[in-house]
Amino acid sequence: MFKLSEQGLADVKKELARYEARESAIIPSLYIAQKENKGFITPDIIRHLSQVMDIPEARINEVFKFYTMFNQKPVGKYHVQVCTNISCALEGGREMASHICHELGVKYNEVTADGRFTVSKVECLGSCGTAPMMQVNDTYHEKLTPETAMNLLRGMK
Amino acid sequence: MAEVKLLTEFYHLPEYQTLAGYKAKGGYAVLPTALKMQPQAIIDEVKASGLRGRGGAGFPTGMKWGFLPKNGEPRYLLCNADEGEPGTFKDRMMMERAPHQLIEGMIISAFAVGSHKGYIYVRGEYVYPIEVLNKAIKEAYDAGLLGKNILGSGFDFDLDVYRGAGAYICGEETGMISSLEGLKGQPKLKPPFPAVQGYLRKPTIVNNVETLAAVTYIIKDGAAAYRKHGTEKSAGTKLFSVSGNVMKPGNYEVPLGYPLMDLIMKECGGMKPGRKLKAIIPGGSSAPILTAEECAKANMDYESLAGLGSMLGSGAVIVMDDSQCMVDMLGVLTHFYAHESCGQCTPCREGTGWLDKILHSILEGRGRLQDIDLLIKVADNMKGKTICALSDAAALPVLSFVNKFRDEFEFYVREGRSKVKGTTYAENNH
Repeated sequence: MFKLSEQGLADVKKELARYEARESAIIPSLYIAQKENKGFITPDIIRHLSQVMDIPEARINEVFKFYTMFNQKPVGKYHVQVCTNISCALEGGREMASHICHELGVKYNEVTADGRFTVSKVECLGSCGTAPMMQVNDTYHEKLTPETAMNLLRGMK
Repeated sequence: MAEVKLLTEFYHLPEYQTLAGYKAKGGYAVLPTALKMQPQAIIDEVKASGLRGRGGAGFPTGMKWGFLPKNGEPRYLLCNADEGEPGTFKDRMMMERAPHQLIEGMIISAFAVGSHKGYIYVRGEYVYPIEVLNKAIKEAYDAGLLGKNILGSGFDFDLDVYRGAGAYICGEETGMISSLEGLKGQPKLKPPFPAVQGYLRKPTIVNNVETLAAVTYIIKDGAAAYRKHGTEKSAGTKLFSVSGNVMKPGNYEVPLGYPLMDLIMKECGGMKPGRKLKAIIPGGSSAPILTAEECAKANMDYESLAGLGSMLGSGAVIVMDDSQCMVDMLGVLTHFYAHESCGQCTPCREGTGWLDKILHSILEGRGRLQDIDLLIKVADNMKGKTICALSDAAALPVLSFVNKFRDEFEFYVREGRSKVKGTTYAENNH
């Protein structure tokens, strides 16, 4: 049964007090819980947040399911999100994504055997002038080639 | 004509990100004057400047502000920093390089419209810009530029950043308001417009990052100085995000009305060696595509692009050279819109899904000739039939790509492979 840490609980309460609409705290609280649960949300977490926030589970669940940045299943220590939208596609983003998967020996959205990486294709991340790019956890890496992307990933332990 | 840096003059200076660096270049100098003006005088100045919303719709900013009801209700100022339109990356740069320019613009705008609470709604992936903004907001509070009685003027304004969570539709102003209210980011029917009934059903003004940043310039140097640039109906400068197959992609601030080919050939260094221009999407992924011949006639303003059947949109210029397959590129776009439809309206939810499926059956070599007309039929049935413009945004590229590059679609269906690349989608994308 998931429970927020003391700090996490304090952070959620801070978010609840921050907005005029209590529900505005749902997205920030999901971020807090996702971080504490190594990058994904479970039904347990929704239940716990519902109790902590005094907001019905269904309300939190509909928000959780709507937004793509909340993961519904485990991801690796490094979540590698490669943009394959138009500007990146024009500059080889799709080929780079498939090269990374090939080198890491995984399919899209799978976790590598060592638990380090999950590779996902994502829609535009607003780095179109520095394409192709990937986001690894919270950090953008731009103007990549398949080789420079793999070199970066190999350095992530 | 060349670049005109009204907003971006100091963007190359790393210290411009900080309060001290921003002030050293004249930042916040106009704020005390602005806070002594009559709010209506600021609105009038913005109206006189001809500033139009830089997020995509191009609606006159001063006029939008004028729609607020005078009923004494609390009002909100919401900065749209969701920036999800493929090809667009200007707001990110503005927030990273000049957060105080946006904050100053928001304080002046909030004073003008009588708002005491503002939010900057930033797309969730922009973790670094959010950090920069939060740091700048703290600096502004510490310096008495935000909060109670700003600079002793008696005006109070609180500002906060709200992090979205990855939904393109939250860039639509009512979708953004839904998201800020802690709901799915689904758009609402208009009217009532947000200016009348927005966040928490209170009057709310939603403006783009670039629009709010421009307000500072307009109040500092005056509407006439702003109007010196651009055209009569499209006044001022605009940041164009250029991406794709050019030598120097990037953000360029040029006067509205700037010739598209000058932007590509002069500012962006032209096409890559040995390649020819094939087509350009001039205003973000939802804008109808222009052929190379049409590009030669295009100026980067609202009217010129509308005259060519396209639109200025968010100012994202996506350049394609002769190595690109139009069927493949349209496949990328239809997949995006199918992924991002919020599912609320049937023509959009079903239509985007069908467009994606039809296109991908063509790309996988299973297409039929009648599928090309079916694409057009589906797209035609999606236009103007939904709560927001996402359905139109999905339909317009389909209609323009198919109408202007029909031979490539027919070849793909007949031969089961790309006319340009000679291969299939599967071979190209593993």
